[in-house]
Amino acid sequence: MTELSSDMSQFLAFAIDKAEYCVPIMTVREINGWSPATRLPNAPEYMRGVINLRGSIVPIFDLRARFTGELTTEDKTHVVIILAVEARNFGLLVDSVSDILTVGADCIKPAPSESTDAAADFIGGLLMIEERIVALLNVHNLFDLNAVETIQQEVA
Amino acid sequence: MTDELEQFKHTFFIECGELLTDMEERLSALSVESCDRDQFNAIFRAAHSIKGGAGAFGFDPIMRFTHALEATLDELREGRLTLTQPIINLLLKASDAVTRMLDGEKNGQPMEANFGADLLQQMQEITRGGAPAAVMPVIDAPVAVSTGRRATYKISFTPEPHFFDNGSEAAPVLRSLAKLGTMTLEVATLSLPPLAEMQPDTSYFSWTITLETNADEAEISECFEFVSDRATIIVTKQVDEAAVQAEMAAPAEAPPTETAAQKPAATTANAAASSGNGSIRVDLDKIDRLVNTVGELVIAEAMISARLRDMPPQYAATLQREVDELAQYTRELQEAVMAVRMQPVKSVFARMPRLVRDTAAQLGKDIQLVMQGENTEVDKTVIEQLADPLTHMIRNSIDHGIETPDQRVWNDKAEQGTITLSASQRSGRILIEISDDGAGINRSRVLSKAKQKGLIPADATLSHEEIDNLIFLPGFSTAETVTSVSGRGVGMDVVKRNIEGMGGTVYVESVEGQGSHFTISLPLTLAILDGMIVRIGAEHYIIPITSIVETLRPGHEAIHGVNGHSDVINVRGEIIPIVYLSQVFNIPDANHDPDQMLMVMVESGNQKMAIVIDELLGQQQVVIKSFEANAGSVQGISSATILGDGKVSLILEINDLKDMCRGHRPPTPSPTHEMAEAA
Repeated sequence: MTELSSDMSQFLAFAIDKAEYCVPIMTVREINGWSPATRLPNAPEYMRGVINLRGSIVPIFDLRARFTGELTTEDKTHVVIILAVEARNFGLLVDSVSDILTVGADCIKPAPSESTDAAADFIGGLLMIEERIVALLNVHNLFDLNAVETIQQEVA
Repeated sequence: MTDELEQFKHTFFIECGELLTDMEERLSALSVESCDRDQFNAIFRAAHSIKGGAGAFGFDPIMRFTHALEATLDELREGRLTLTQPIINLLLKASDAVTRMLDGEKNGQPMEANFGADLLQQMQEITRGGAPAAVMPVIDAPVAVSTGRRATYKISFTPEPHFFDNGSEAAPVLRSLAKLGTMTLEVATLSLPPLAEMQPDTSYFSWTITLETNADEAEISECFEFVSDRATIIVTKQVDEAAVQAEMAAPAEAPPTETAAQKPAATTANAAASSGNGSIRVDLDKIDRLVNTVGELVIAEAMISARLRDMPPQYAATLQREVDELAQYTRELQEAVMAVRMQPVKSVFARMPRLVRDTAAQLGKDIQLVMQGENTEVDKTVIEQLADPLTHMIRNSIDHGIETPDQRVWNDKAEQGTITLSASQRSGRILIEISDDGAGINRSRVLSKAKQKGLIPADATLSHEEIDNLIFLPGFSTAETVTSVSGRGVGMDVVKRNIEGMGGTVYVESVEGQGSHFTISLPLTLAILDGMIVRIGAEHYIIPITSIVETLRPGHEAIHGVNGHSDVINVRGEIIPIVYLSQVFNIPDANHDPDQMLMVMVESGNQKMAIVIDELLGQQQVVIKSFEANAGSVQGISSATILGDGKVSLILEINDLKDMCRGHRPPTPSPTHEMAEAA
């Protein structure tokens, strides 16, 4: 996370249904509309496939499916956020993008540890802004490559 | 040190690498029976070049060492020293030492000051040259470009027919000439009559000599002093050239003050040294960029062609010819660029004779290595990755394959075992084969070891081939003790993984008592692929053309179920397993016509299988795009490409399919009729 001034950070906020999430702005490469993806065989449901991003092959993950198991019925209004994390590029399929949040470190609270739903593993913290609570995604273990492979082997 | 000098250092290390490889190859080829002057000369020149460069960059220990090496070679080429096996071994060790010393300097961790001191001493003793160290920096000064008058002379030396009558001989004359500098000569043998008419005491030969030397004409004529009345000698001085037969020694010994003067000299020297037959050295990065850009060009051209096909014919016609031309040139460009990265496998094969010699000696076995097809060309990246697996497989053959001389004699075999290493191109792939005439794979031992380690179930029955290929399983080793050569059990499976990582396959065929034959099959290039586009359900996949044997549309009577869980098809007497990708890949709504299933028969290694598809869509050249970095590896898929319509299409990994089939039942209701056993 890059700091703007002493302790301010910026995040891109987006929504799935009514819930709000965000990712560090520096991980965001670009924001595109949905385009059909080529499915990979035996991939988990939330792995929608790969797309051609100006010559490179990028996988697209359905966040709703990752959290709730329910597939997004995608259409032109949906948004794909392309992230670049540790030399890997991948895309997140979400409902819509809202705004860029600039918050100080004091507004970022740790994630609740008692939460038991699937999303809890991927939440790195909570941003408190006025009345909003925006969940900060931990982009590193959202779609761990190894995890994807393990699931594939179980399925096969 | 200036930046320019740093840049030259980099080039120096690269060229030294090549010189040392060449030196080692020649040293390995030396034998006590056949050692000719030319070989010694070539090795001498290599050592000399390295010495010069080392001097320029201040690598004094290397300079001293190579000087001793050079001196030893000088003694050998002059015939003052007779080549013996111990000397060959010493030279080989010396060449290794130089390699390590240079590597040390390259990595910024130079060897300790007295590294190789024992070898140095041995060489000095041999040459009885006394103290080369003291003489060393000065010794070549007279050859320096600035002060010496180094010139090239062309000398024609034609003895008269009765030359020998007074005891004159040509050889000593030529030898003394050679001492004056660097000499090459050509002998004209046209006057030599057929053997029946030849008179042994008549001189028939004449020589044309090119001599690069500081000596003046008087000194040259002195060499011919005793024979001048019996021979025609013409000495002509060539124009002064600073870089004739350029060696890096030349710029190295120029006065160190003028870096400007050094630079052009060094570049001409380097250029001349490496442009023996008009070649240039290019950074791999530049070539990679070129390959990538051409790849994108191929995709763009495919998109244009695709659009043209969709246009109404009256508009399309105006563009068709130009687009066809574009396609043709793009293809030519692509082939030319791929050819740039191709290199002969020789560079990998070159290390093998030494390996065989050393390992065989270590194990007390007598083995000769026969190499074929060394000039077969392969993509550079493949060459680099080939070295390790090849080394291991040859070690394996030596250790486990070839028996000891006693065992061989006892089995009525020749004492000396033979390992044959060959490379060839076949139907779009490179085949590298390693075969030995050793004991073959001990199937009972392999089988029991595999069962013992739990690698296969205890009651499994396997075909001969399947048993042989068990050696590629992880953790497998039948060696009773782990030798330093092989037997640690990490070998063959790593070899297999390396090769598969290159997009290749490896398999073994063996006859007990007679020997084993390993075959590595690699794609010609890693970047572009001829593919067949097929449709299964709503998904498209690409099958590499080089894997396709044929397409079939058998009636359902040709398909048989075996043991209730796998289907096979009988093709002209051969039983081929059937792969239902719709099952293996979980593709919904695949609509295989149960009466006439369309299949593509593919081959992986030496195993065939028939993949069921819904439709054949056509053949296309595609640019391979890896997605592993972003999406991880997917079993059954090797890579992806972008088709003319901009969409991503997946390329099948045929090698994986057989494993993926296990445990999958054919779709029900099965279109086959069950039989107890396949025909």
